[in-house]
Amino acid sequence: MAETSRRTGLYDLHVEQGARMVPFAGWDMPVQYPMGVMAEHLHTRQRAGLFDVSHMGQVLVTPDDGDLATAAAALETLIPADVAGLAQGRQRYGLFTNDAGGILDDLMFANRGDHYLLVVNASCVDQDIAHLQTLAGVTVTPVTDRGLVALQGPQAATALARLVPGVDQMRFMDSTSLDWDGVALWISRSGYTGEDGFEISVPETRLADFARALLAQPEVAPIGLGARDSLRLEAGMPLYGHDMDGGVTPAQAALGWSIPKVRRSGGARAGGFPGADVVLAELGSSKVTRRGLRPEGRAPIREGVALFADDGAPIGTVSSGGFGPSVGGPIAMARIPANIPDGATIQAELRGKRVPLTVCALPFVTPSYKR
Amino acid sequence: MLKYTEDHEWLRAEGDEIVVGITKHASEQLGDVVFIELPEEGREVSAGDEIVVIESVKAASDITAPVAGTITAVNEALSDSPGDVNGDPMTAWFFRIKPTDAGALDGFMDEAAYKALVD
Repeated sequence: MAETSRRTGLYDLHVEQGARMVPFAGWDMPVQYPMGVMAEHLHTRQRAGLFDVSHMGQVLVTPDDGDLATAAAALETLIPADVAGLAQGRQRYGLFTNDAGGILDDLMFANRGDHYLLVVNASCVDQDIAHLQTLAGVTVTPVTDRGLVALQGPQAATALARLVPGVDQMRFMDSTSLDWDGVALWISRSGYTGEDGFEISVPETRLADFARALLAQPEVAPIGLGARDSLRLEAGMPLYGHDMDGGVTPAQAALGWSIPKVRRSGGARAGGFPGADVVLAELGSSKVTRRGLRPEGRAPIREGVALFADDGAPIGTVSSGGFGPSVGGPIAMARIPANIPDGATIQAELRGKRVPLTVCALPFVTPSYKR
Repeated sequence: MLKYTEDHEWLRAEGDEIVVGITKHASEQLGDVVFIELPEEGREVSAGDEIVVIESVKAASDITAPVAGTITAVNEALSDSPGDVNGDPMTAWFFRIKPTDAGALDGFMDEAAYKALVD
């Protein structure tokens, strides 16, 4: 694996800002800036943070017959979501499932009038595109000439509206095109931090200019992958490859909410996606599910740490864990038996010692979306 | 006079004891420190024993005993405010050790040699 990491259109800007660059999903990405992970995290919760997410895959799915319903029907054979019922200018969260009912990837999809725009995980792009290309009646087009940034935080709308008037009129999960300095931005009001904010697709040729214009706003600081991870962990959001993968069903990942009634047993368009029998049978009856954990004391309990019931029986391993700067203590997530109630104490084995953790509901911080 | 280890610890002789902390370089590499587990006072350690756990927002790492000896004191304040290590690492000491061998500090780097290592 001596492959060279790819660079986003913001690489030079990251280096100029003093970022520490690390390899991530085949890309050279900023893990932190001189501000440091803790301050970057808190800055995002208090003001506005700019994230380079250009490594993520942007894909267009266009109906060959010009009828968007054709593309919706095709996508619904891969994604257990209500694609057909998604209004123009709106975005939803969904999952690709496999034949065993596991999760191939998670994604955002938006109805952009005559096509759908999908945003998928960097580590799954090639797999997802190949998967989409099995569909008949649609053309699948990877977007290779645009980067993607996220502006997140309570002051994101104020900062972005100075450059792009009108964004403050958008609601959570709206998706639209707006002009900035002669180029079309594809903007959704969404993110991966639990904060209000936007994800903005920008033509590669103007990506760095746009990022610089955002960084020139007094509210905005650049934020690396380190804080991105602690922000999404506090927000109770799963990370693909950690909190879910091909061996984990939507119910086990606590993502059953993304499967609406219309696709469930008894619904008008029930099933019809890979692994539907397993996925639907498990909804509401899964023996394990993803939960929040609050370790006692200050020591972070990280991914891979073994978990035990109070009687000593092994019950799982931590799938994501670390320190939550806004929570002010360690937090973690794991798939554990669903019958363990919130408030129960379980044990983690850390450096040969047992550490108690309290099982809790997710998220750890209350989201502040503009619905 | 300060001495330094290749593991980025600073060592300061005080009487017949050595005070141990980590360097600014180490604290910058670690990132924001959120948890520190210190050894017990009175513990007998060998050189190289992992006796302190430091957890930063990024990862867990260890600090080893630079020399063999007995832990005579630990900086309990760090347990409550581990971030002090990022603030001023040269005053945020971890533990004091009474070395078994009186000449224990002789082999370690001086400031010039340490600077050459990290620059």
